Amino acid sequence: MRRWPALVGLHLALGIVAVATLLPFLWMLSASLMPAGEASQWPPSFLPSRPTLENYRALFHRLDLGRCFLNSAFVAIVSTALALLIVSLAGYAFAKLHFPGRSRIYRALLTAMVIPAQVAMLPLFLLLREVGLVNTYWGVIIPALAPVFGIFMVRQYALSLPDELLDAARVDGAGEFTIYRKLVLPLLRPILVTFGVFSFIGAWNDFMWPLIVLTDDRKYTLPVALANLIGEHAQDIELMMAGSVLTVLPVLLLFLVLQRTYVEGLTMGGVKE
Amino acid sequence: MTAGGRNRVSRSRREARAGLAFIAPALALIAVFFVIPVVAGFLLAATDFDIYAVGDPATTRFVGLGNFATLLHDPVFWKALGNTFYFVLVGGPLSVAVSLGAALLVNARLVRCKGLFRTVYFAPVVTTMVAVAVVWRYLYHPRFGLLNQLLALAGLGPVNWLGDPRWAMPAVILMAVWKNFGYNMIIFVAGLQSVPATIYEAARVDGAGPWQQFRRLTLPALRPMLVFVGVITMVGYFQLFTEPYVMTNGGGPLNATLSIVMYMYKQGFRWWNIGFGAAVALVLFLIILVGTLVQLRLQKGRE
Repeated sequence: MRRWPALVGLHLALGIVAVATLLPFLWMLSASLMPAGEASQWPPSFLPSRPTLENYRALFHRLDLGRCFLNSAFVAIVSTALALLIVSLAGYAFAKLHFPGRSRIYRALLTAMVIPAQVAMLPLFLLLREVGLVNTYWGVIIPALAPVFGIFMVRQYALSLPDELLDAARVDGAGEFTIYRKLVLPLLRPILVTFGVFSFIGAWNDFMWPLIVLTDDRKYTLPVALANLIGEHAQDIELMMAGSVLTVLPVLLLFLVLQRTYVEGLTMGGVKE
Repeated sequence: MTAGGRNRVSRSRREARAGLAFIAPALALIAVFFVIPVVAGFLLAATDFDIYAVGDPATTRFVGLGNFATLLHDPVFWKALGNTFYFVLVGGPLSVAVSLGAALLVNARLVRCKGLFRTVYFAPVVTTMVAVAVVWRYLYHPRFGLLNQLLALAGLGPVNWLGDPRWAMPAVILMAVWKNFGYNMIIFVAGLQSVPATIYEAARVDGAGPWQQFRRLTLPALRPMLVFVGVITMVGYFQLFTEPYVMTNGGGPLNATLSIVMYMYKQGFRWWNIGFGAAVALVLFLIILVGTLVQLRLQKGRE
């Protein structure tokens, strides 16, 4: 019985934090459904007087944000698919295949992670300019295709694969690539799903590099388009909120569906070190 | 040599060849798109590479440490540096503290629906920074913003959050903490769950109160996570860029939210002072490196 006050207090605190966390999202959603001008009326209202989808229609018809949505989807899907291939090959090799210099190369990669990406940005831009990749999707995608944290994730997981299994396949005469494709990839599935979710969300949300590389607004990804939009439409609160909903929704849904995988992957780096 | 021995030799050579082939795509990408640019960044920082050099690289001159000398005499650079340290030194610890508090709450024994709360708290982490910065820009609106409405209920305010140089950085910090406390919280929760419940029971039997349990049992158990979280948070916070870009039109008011990365972006990509921008990036690198080493050293000292 003495537990009751503690129980109530605890859940009250949790509830307050939950409301504070959700409030910005709820307001975003609510304001996106308001008729133009209602979010900047006095006194302000939290709920739309008559919910409307006109802001969303304006986004797609007048501002062509549907195109930016597809740009974002293309960049996120292609970069995730290619990164999965590259990272799974490298992570597996660093964990299970013996080759000269393996641990030295791996340690060098991990050490290089202290260098912030910004150090590479200006020269990388000049490089992409030389090879004609500025203002292309590939200029956004290619530089990020071999994330070291992905290689780290896959390697950690691949270390637990049984050597006997791989050796048995070798005795049977299977080539190394066949072993990777037929045996290792299916076993790595859980970690690849986790990395895939990480990679997709990261690519979808990325802002600074796409902002630098993409100069034509027809090629903008959603975050870049949204940041650009606020320059001209800062007064159109309802419209901006609809744009925010459109940008946030895919990653939020993906997270809700695959949250267990995502959270497990998150704790790998922190706890196992 | 027996046939089996020869077989093993060729098999290990085949394995080595496969290993190198498997890491080759990753290494090639990292070399071309990271290592070479980083090395080039060091070289660029020693030149006056600018808009004219973009057209004709031959106009570039070697200036040695000249860019760094210019930086030291640039009040805007010092402003950006000071702002960034403000953000890191106030926002970082605040974010870690909120994460720890949330982790303790969510992980408390009596709590129902732990998973639900964890999911809710984590949601801001996965959402797009640009979009939430747009939303918060309006939450901070001096007249219609939700925050000032709430303050008015308590008889406070109104605060001109993003328009007042004194309040702009606290506003950015508040949003950043809201956005990412869930990330560190998850890591702390994983740490808390690795402490067996029986230890706490034993401590309670010995008469240890909640505060003593926290200090003697919980904090030591979380120490490895604190290092990780501290370094990750610091490195991330030093790279402040999107929030000022979206919320304060690139670092306003009166440069109150201008960060180092924003300064580098403007110098390098807006005004094409590429050599100078590269020097700014190197300063950022140096600060992050020193910060990381200091945190690791402090942690070693305590162990």
